[in-house]
Amino acid sequence: MTAVDQNEAGRRFAVGDSLPPRTFALTRADLVRYCGASGDFNPIHWSDRQARAASLPGVIAHGMLTMGLAVRIVTDWLGAPSAVLDYETRFARPVVVPDDDRGVGITVTAVLSEHLPRRRARFDLTARVGGEEVFGRCAVIAQLPDRAASASNVDSEPSARVGDRT
Amino acid sequence: MALNAAFVGRTFPPAGPYHVGIEKIREFAAALGYTSTDWLDGADPIAPPTFPIVATMPATRRALADPELGLDYRRVVHGAQRFVSSRPVRASDVLMVAVTIETIRPAGRHHIITTRSEVTTVEGEHVCTAYSTLVERGDVP
Repeated sequence: MTAVDQNEAGRRFAVGDSLPPRTFALTRADLVRYCGASGDFNPIHWSDRQARAASLPGVIAHGMLTMGLAVRIVTDWLGAPSAVLDYETRFARPVVVPDDDRGVGITVTAVLSEHLPRRRARFDLTARVGGEEVFGRCAVIAQLPDRAASASNVDSEPSARVGDRT
Repeated sequence: MALNAAFVGRTFPPAGPYHVGIEKIREFAAALGYTSTDWLDGADPIAPPTFPIVATMPATRRALADPELGLDYRRVVHGAQRFVSSRPVRASDVLMVAVTIETIRPAGRHHIITTRSEVTTVEGEHVCTAYSTLVERGDVP
């Protein structure tokens, strides 16, 4: 399994190739911010007391926050969110976010699992916290850049933006 | 309590209009850690792939609040989510959301309900279809 960098996005893709892995940190502040941005103020995302009352070990991240973060491995790499055509996630395990300054680290991987017609590709994603998978399934179908556009990007922009921003 | 299976296949009147807006997209993107980019900074920003949840979740919640359904939303957790997009949401969009209950089934002590939300513009253009799997947990008092 080889990591492909964004410069090669339009030139060479093989089934089994992986995108550069990413790690995202989530703190309680990030959860509160996502509450406001999304309109989902379920107290299990900000109150330990109410999370425990719901039989959870403590405050957990919104599944949609974890889902929204994970797809950045694809959108940042391709440079735009418009490339994502189909995105599916099963939430298998809650992501508990401790009330400290470090929060929790979510490590995301993506492997190209299938080539599809019209220069589309399926990527299978994983998201792990402390080695444990938090998604039961996570798949993205993305439109890959066309060869010509990608080739000109490679010429004019030798160091791609993604990977610089982990 | 068992859910009312008569709701399977029911489509609720479209919710909306939801006026997207430039700063809402930027706020949502910032909450996912996206920083300034050309697709966010322009006059008509593009929303991240999961943005439609901002419109579909309240529409779904309202639809499932019908007391005849018998769902206790306080015990609901999100089991799965999918977005199949015709195009990304843009800041200039005004959206409508039509929610359909697709399936209702028991799973041990829990109940699983799946919904499909058709997200269109007020002009009728399809933007995306959002599928949600919601689990009503039976183990919480």
